[in-house]
Amino acid sequence: MSQTDAGRRGENPTVPVLQVRDLEVTFPSEAGPVRAVRGLSFDVSAGESMAIVGESGSGKSVTSLAIMGLHPATTRISGSIKLSGEELLGRSDADMSRLRGRKLAMVFQDPLSALTPVYTIGDQITETIQAHFDVPKAKAWSRAIELLDLVGIPNPRERVKSFPFEFSGGMRQRVMIAMAIANDPDVIIADEPTTALDVTIQAQVLEVLKKAQQETGAAIIMITHDLGIVAGMADRVTVMYAGRPVEQGGLDDIFYRPRMPYTIGLLGTVPRLDATDTGPLPVLEGNPPSVVDLPPGCPFEPRCPMAIEVCRVSEPPLLATDGPGHVAACHRVETVIQESLTHAEIFPAPTIAESALAHVPRSERPVVLELTGLKRHYPLMKGAIYRRRIGTVHAVDGIDLELRTGETLGLVGESGCGKSTTLLEILNLGTPTNGSITVLGKDTRRLGRRERKALRRNLQVVFQDPMASLDPRMPIFDIIAEPMGVHGYPKPEIEARVSELLQLVGLEPSHADRYPQHFSGGQRQRIGIARALSVEPKLMVLDEPVSALDVSIQAGIINLLEDLQARLGLSYLFVAHDLAVIRHIADRVAVMYLGHIVEEGSVEAVYSAPTHPYTQALMSAIPIPDPETERSRQRIMLTGDLPSPADPPSGCTFRTRCPTYALLPEADQGRCRTVEPVLESWGEDHRAACHFARPLTLV
Amino acid sequence: MIRYLGRRLLNYAALLFVAVSLTWVLAATQLNPRALFQLRQPPIDPEVIENQLLRYNLSENVPLVERYWTWLSGVLRGDWGYSPLGVSVAEEISTRMWVSLRLLLIGTLLGILLGVAFGAWTATRQYRVSDRVVTGISLLIISTPAFVIGHVTQIGATWLNNLTQTRMFEFIGETGEVGDYPLADLVDRAQHLLLPTLVLIVLGAASMSRIQRNLMLDSLGADYVRTARAKGLRESKAVMKHALRTALIPTGTYVAFSVATMFTGATFTERIFNFPGIGQYGVDTITNRDVNGVVAVTAFAGVCVLVGAVLSDIMVAILDPRVRLA
Repeated sequence: MSQTDAGRRGENPTVPVLQVRDLEVTFPSEAGPVRAVRGLSFDVSAGESMAIVGESGSGKSVTSLAIMGLHPATTRISGSIKLSGEELLGRSDADMSRLRGRKLAMVFQDPLSALTPVYTIGDQITETIQAHFDVPKAKAWSRAIELLDLVGIPNPRERVKSFPFEFSGGMRQRVMIAMAIANDPDVIIADEPTTALDVTIQAQVLEVLKKAQQETGAAIIMITHDLGIVAGMADRVTVMYAGRPVEQGGLDDIFYRPRMPYTIGLLGTVPRLDATDTGPLPVLEGNPPSVVDLPPGCPFEPRCPMAIEVCRVSEPPLLATDGPGHVAACHRVETVIQESLTHAEIFPAPTIAESALAHVPRSERPVVLELTGLKRHYPLMKGAIYRRRIGTVHAVDGIDLELRTGETLGLVGESGCGKSTTLLEILNLGTPTNGSITVLGKDTRRLGRRERKALRRNLQVVFQDPMASLDPRMPIFDIIAEPMGVHGYPKPEIEARVSELLQLVGLEPSHADRYPQHFSGGQRQRIGIARALSVEPKLMVLDEPVSALDVSIQAGIINLLEDLQARLGLSYLFVAHDLAVIRHIADRVAVMYLGHIVEEGSVEAVYSAPTHPYTQALMSAIPIPDPETERSRQRIMLTGDLPSPADPPSGCTFRTRCPTYALLPEADQGRCRTVEPVLESWGEDHRAACHFARPLTLV
Repeated sequence: MIRYLGRRLLNYAALLFVAVSLTWVLAATQLNPRALFQLRQPPIDPEVIENQLLRYNLSENVPLVERYWTWLSGVLRGDWGYSPLGVSVAEEISTRMWVSLRLLLIGTLLGILLGVAFGAWTATRQYRVSDRVVTGISLLIISTPAFVIGHVTQIGATWLNNLTQTRMFEFIGETGEVGDYPLADLVDRAQHLLLPTLVLIVLGAASMSRIQRNLMLDSLGADYVRTARAKGLRESKAVMKHALRTALIPTGTYVAFSVATMFTGATFTERIFNFPGIGQYGVDTITNRDVNGVVAVTAFAGVCVLVGAVLSDIMVAILDPRVRLA
């Protein structure tokens, strides 16, 4: 089936495979019609990749479902969507079903829930083929095996009979891609295909997607919020805001000559892996608007520092700018072009207080948190009634960390590496399996009840998900006051402190009687921070505090944390998977893999010369929002998934995925297999645990 | 798998033993079979009463432990004892079990089937008129006590019988006057079954449809149904093959359980339609101060529950590869 298609596709290269004109999508809702997409137009040609970038609620996913024809019947869709010149809107479901999976394919965001749990991988791939072609089952199965091989699933012949739950997230996303390309489609829509995956797995999946495009010659519509991915994958870019395309153009035009302040702001606020400047980030103030009941005028106007009178009155049309095919919707485009404004001029970075400790050398600052040989093992149990221990999960397997006053220690690693367990052990203030935890000079193994409670006051936490970490039935006054009540603050003081805290984190004190539902994600995270600060802690544990937030909101929270640290002399243990955020906020960084610290040191040392092969792979996997850098970057791909911490490899735990190990002579490999490497010094405040470490310059 | 099931069965057996023993202690200390005879007119000689009670291991003059041991050794030999009036409990259960089975099997199965169908269908039509109507009716049925529904159907049936001047609906007991045409016996039984079965179907379908509707709503919104649609499956096929199949996993366990436990679950239906089944027997044994009977019914119900639990384990393993293989 694939050869004939490729030939036909070559016939008329001038007609774009997908042509979208004036697309409008409106949903009914109790609050009134939601105009989710307003006037979107674009063309995509065969073999081309177009990225649609936007924050949550910008209409990008709604667009993808509109193209696939998967909106419920109550959705009003107007405009035109043409596939190879033929109109798709207004077709019957039966008609669209013939195109879906055949000409139009889609890869969804969450691979864990996108496959039906009760059918085998093979059944689900062959279903895609047999829904469109009358081929015998045996032939469909051999095609499924071919496809699994193509997307890089090892042992496809056996794995084709597996069920989805036997696959990791990354593997399932490969299966989704295999399904998408099964019938050699003309257009592949990838809706945030790697958002739910770890960075090293993300790099693998993006490679597979590129390969799939080469194999099928399909056009790809890449929907994402990650500008780094856009820089590495796309040929052209559409930036969406509040349901409208606000800027469209070629990749380099958008990244190097953005003309719409929103795009400029987005590009400027993202912390970058390759940024050496760690000053405050420029901030896009405010939140994206709700698309119900949009006021007249430009929807970005309330957040735009360049807004003038006309911006409040009329919504700017999408008009040509200085580049070919580069359009932007902004009344101020002329000014931006003439004065070639960049984010530094439009969004000046706020000033942040300077820490009183800034000039005290690190060695003279007191230690607030010290972990020595910390281990946490969990029994691996089996059986519902006769529970028995069948093994041990080595969640944290002997780590040393030290955090001093006024500094930020970044703890980085992929899911399953043990960073959350480390956090929980510290917060627990109990006795670990082995080793010790010393908080503010007190060994947690020897604490009495009273002492432990007193120590808790000095140790507070901010969680990842601001939606889930605030009780929806409590007004935020009670939420912030609760820790103070527990620790016996007098009542009048609590009241005064709540308004003081709200002001400190940048919220309106008069909103104290509102409930969490009235606040946006970023504001809720500020409430979480205020709650943690209420009892005047010395040490804050931050568990991925910005990863659940929209890109334009992250910068504000990062700046706030830095400002609070300087003003209140706080120490942060900052857990994150995003190396770019860590580079920006942390003074020192520790990289974790399978319960061990494989590399640690000052941020400058580790980022300028990453030494452990895992750190190197992690850094090279993070996409950088700069097309030029992305094109010229050296990528170190890791193979496979994280091994189970219940059965860690012998010797060096990283050797099963290590690119260096693979190239070593047999004798040296033996050393990695048998001898566990320990952290060795690679310079002042820089240590790595690898027998054959070799520093690299990556960014 | 076999070893797993074996272990589970062993565990259940121990659980059952404890439960039945506790019931025996409760029944033996709280029920007073002597009163049955003391109130008789003309009065019976207390010695005769004592002898009768001693014969059936019911006299409270014998220490509890001794009576328990007598009862237990009897049970271990397969003898479940006798009622105060000397009826064999085991025989009673073995005949009544079939009465219950005949009465309940069709009604329960059809009720579940209909409930699953209605539930799945209404879920695909959430908030439309048909969904609201079905939801309303099923809530009405669920909130009406079973005996009200039983009596209302009987009144309706009588009215219909009178109207048509026939005896289409029979609703007292299992059999009645048998005609002398071929297969008259079967027709008579069917006539008697018609009304109680209808009640059972209505009751079963109403509650099952609510459960299935919720399960189905969860799986209809699942990402994998969207994936199936994106592959090019038509809506009906994606719903049947992907949504319904996954939503049936919890249903399977529920059905296995409710089929096994139906014997004891239809006390009111048996009572109203006068089917001498297990459910009715359970109530009768208590009013008749029949210690051994109460214990035997409990043991029978316990076995049903345990069989149900094992069946639902097997069912979930069949339906869900995650349980089967992980």
